[in-house]
Amino acid sequence: MITAFADPFDTLFQLQRALEARTASDWLQSQTASQGPFPPINVFQQGDDILAVIELPGIDKDDLQIQAKENTIRIAGRKTVNYPDASVHRRERTFGEFDRTLSVPVQLDPDGIKAEYRDGVLALFLPRAQRDKPRNIQIS
Amino acid sequence: MAERQELQVQKKREHESRDESTVPARMFVPTADIYETPEALNVILEMPGVEKNNVDIQIKDGALRVEGRLDLSKYRGLQPLYIEYNIGHYARTFQLSNKIDQDKIAAEMKDGVLSLLLPKAEEAKPRTIRVK
Repeated sequence: MITAFADPFDTLFQLQRALEARTASDWLQSQTASQGPFPPINVFQQGDDILAVIELPGIDKDDLQIQAKENTIRIAGRKTVNYPDASVHRRERTFGEFDRTLSVPVQLDPDGIKAEYRDGVLALFLPRAQRDKPRNIQIS
Repeated sequence: MAERQELQVQKKREHESRDESTVPARMFVPTADIYETPEALNVILEMPGVEKNNVDIQIKDGALRVEGRLDLSKYRGLQPLYIEYNIGHYARTFQLSNKIDQDKIAAEMKDGVLSLLLPKAEEAKPRTIRVK
């Protein structure tokens, strides 16, 4: 298969273009605007299911709270930055509390929601409810 | 102080290199905190999504260069629906003003945050001089 040997930089370029093209998407409209824009969320479709990818570097897992209700997911927590007493040359990282709600316009299976936090990225696997999936209709 | 400050999304700054890259893909500048203790210089960089094996740290001509590469295989087969941030590799270069003991540099990667400890070379450390 040729695709397996494709230039990895090219994949990144294509992916970035695909992301760029979607920034203007009205898929969620104003539904995610709860309290504050942090953390930034990307939503992907994976087959029938939804995958939300959230950039949250440097968070303690115990400081992160994820709640799900119907088709709404709440991501709340606190980001702390602790340094010993020293002379600070540069301070760019932000810290504080955040609370954000994401509502997806599909029915979710709340028991099947999985969250994974790795390398500073939170991935929320949101399976679509069985009753919401399209089904084939037999023509009699 | 700012215990309850509301967090804002920091727009990712694109990495500008003097040498142009051969591919049109984007690289971003990781946000950084730098602090100095009498013994060492500490550099903390946020590179979400970068595994610890994909980090490159180099010191050359008094410049510290850090590069973090993203594992793109996780994004295979995904269709973007709603996007708030772009993704890419990370790169950043700092000019070091102090002499650094290159053999003793320690790096730790945890939850997408890279902590670099750059111990100062013996001659660069402050020392007290007793007046007789």
